Amino acid sequence: MADKVDFSGWTCPRPLQNYPTIVLGHGSGGKMMADLIQHLFSKAFDNDLLNQMADSTILDLSRVFSSNGSDRLAFTTDSFVVSPLVFPGGNIGELAIYGTVNDLAMSGAIPLYLSAGFILEEGLPMATLGEVVTSMSKACKLAGVEIATGDTKVVNRGHGDGIYINTTGIGVIPQGVNISPKNARPGDLILVNGNIGDHGMAIMSLRSGLEFETTIKSDTAPLNKLVESILAGTKEIHCMRDATRGGLAAVLNELAYSSKIGIEFDERSIPVQPEVNAACEMLGLDPLYIANEGKFVVVLPENQADKVLNTMREDPLGKGSVIIGKVVENHPGVVTARTSIGGMRVVDLPAGELLPRIC
Amino acid sequence: MKFLEEYRDAGLTKKLLKDLEKLVSHEWTLMEVCGGQTHSIMRSGLDQMLPSKINLVHGPGCPVCVTPLELIDKAILLASRPDVIFTSFGDMLRVPGSNKDLFSVKANGGDVRILYSPLDSLRISRENPDKTVVFFGIGFETTAPPNAMVVLQAKSQGIHNFAMLVSHVTVPAAIIALMESPDVQVDGFLAAGHVCTVMGYWEYEPLAEKYRVPIVVTGFEPVDIIHGIMKCITQLERGTFQVENAYARSVMREGNLPAQTVINRVFEICDRPWRGIGVIPSSGYRLRPEYSQFDAEVRFPEIQSIETKESDLCMSGLVLQGRMKPDQCPTFGKECTPQTPLGATMVSSEGACAAYYRYGRLFQNNKVINQDLNG
Repeated sequence: MADKVDFSGWTCPRPLQNYPTIVLGHGSGGKMMADLIQHLFSKAFDNDLLNQMADSTILDLSRVFSSNGSDRLAFTTDSFVVSPLVFPGGNIGELAIYGTVNDLAMSGAIPLYLSAGFILEEGLPMATLGEVVTSMSKACKLAGVEIATGDTKVVNRGHGDGIYINTTGIGVIPQGVNISPKNARPGDLILVNGNIGDHGMAIMSLRSGLEFETTIKSDTAPLNKLVESILAGTKEIHCMRDATRGGLAAVLNELAYSSKIGIEFDERSIPVQPEVNAACEMLGLDPLYIANEGKFVVVLPENQADKVLNTMREDPLGKGSVIIGKVVENHPGVVTARTSIGGMRVVDLPAGELLPRIC
Repeated sequence: MKFLEEYRDAGLTKKLLKDLEKLVSHEWTLMEVCGGQTHSIMRSGLDQMLPSKINLVHGPGCPVCVTPLELIDKAILLASRPDVIFTSFGDMLRVPGSNKDLFSVKANGGDVRILYSPLDSLRISRENPDKTVVFFGIGFETTAPPNAMVVLQAKSQGIHNFAMLVSHVTVPAAIIALMESPDVQVDGFLAAGHVCTVMGYWEYEPLAEKYRVPIVVTGFEPVDIIHGIMKCITQLERGTFQVENAYARSVMREGNLPAQTVINRVFEICDRPWRGIGVIPSSGYRLRPEYSQFDAEVRFPEIQSIETKESDLCMSGLVLQGRMKPDQCPTFGKECTPQTPLGATMVSSEGACAAYYRYGRLFQNNKVINQDLNG
């Protein structure tokens, strides 16, 4: 099992040491690729399913649906192309695990198995790949999932951005859980599990030409255990959505559109840490549109809110949980905010790439 | 956050608006010059909270919006050249030229890079000695000092593969043009606080006198803007027309003298066309002859002969002169959206049309109107 191998302070295994960087041969299907799999991927992700080493991994359905009275599968995929590969609070490897785990959790699913597809750019330092894969291994343990199948390709230098990772995930949904972006009802309350904007600002602080010193760290984290705790207390959860690209504003707009309802919130109730607020002010950005990797919204009937809020606050990943707004019958498809001065405004979807202001 | 939350305080806003209500007895039209102020007004919902007798119209102070089409097309030509690395503030990349924008040039292989500081152009120049780095130097008096500094440093560091496509404009000339126009009806101006931080406000004193119009230097937070409006309305009700400073925590009468020195060393005043408005005399900066080696239009004379074609439907010129509100344009929210902009005012983060679309388009008479969910 993987826990026999100590990946803390990863050092390159001897058979890989002749190649301090990835070369095209590592994706050729020959000896070099076998070395990479044997000494890096297999060691890091070591589990019975991966060790089948067949063209496809065979999953035993009785094992998949074993203990928790689940009756449906959840199935999702995501690709990760973040630059820089390593950033304050995490790296692309953790993102690739938690991103897919969280997408499964947002359907109320218990995540079980992931695939991992790597597209590596020729010239990538082996140490960087080692660091990323080590993080993925730790992330899998923390989230309680296994990498069941994988793939590696190498592209010519200049044709990639170091590492691209695709992960696909399978999870099982317990009976009675019915979570969908279409399920929000007028009167429902909307909760978020803590400060927004950390991940996007951590990445932006490293952007070429924009480097600024900050203590802001990415909030990347697996949300599945927190979701399991919520669902253990009540099945009456209408929607859940993690606020990744496009930030909280995009998620609320998607829910308003899918459920054909309106959403109203008070800007002053949105939790944002002062450092993120300051960086946003400096750059002319709005924290509502900044990406998160460990934040999600929960839409639920008002009579469930206190109980769920208490459950969420008991978890380290939910201790900053607050009620931010409510679902209304008026203006279906539109999200509005009560502004800090007491005015009203529309909170729209972001138009395109976020660009700092000129002056 | 300190020095910020105080200026977005709901209680203070309510009190000031009450005072303002008592102050105003006539209908007045005020123009906030700067697009940053327009966005702040729309984003905070201040437009719906002001006394109904006060009509705010939005001015030409969005640097992206007024950059002439001809220069956008020249930028697109330069950025498409294999021997050029084109650097720009991000907002310019979405602005529609006659046929396309800089984002599409980038997608088609042009080396277009978004900068946060114009000085990064010099680093890129040093790293790419076989290319010419062309920086799109746009903006009002606020961006002029850093842009001038790039040229000074390029010269002192002997960097030869750097040039600037200059499209600088100035605020006082625009106010004169608006006041000279028979179609523009503005009773008072809220001058742009950041421009005045650089230039001071002494330039506006003869304008207030000549056109008998109060001009109040105003900041950007909601409370700042209400403060500016109050000073302006007080003057209008009393029949005075002076320049006042309602942004004293940032602005002095003389402005930032070292910054002005840098501007004057590198740039000289010229006539400049403004997109949607036309040529305004003495309203722009161009490089002085001693810096012409850094002038992209001198270095690439072939870009001079281009033909431009403006959208027939876009009415941004009227919007930029305060003669039309964005939502009065027949194409607003229909043919023209931030995804399919007909003009720059719908693109820029400081454009009035973009502000209306983003924060206000679904409000009508203080009610939210429903979104079409079938689309």
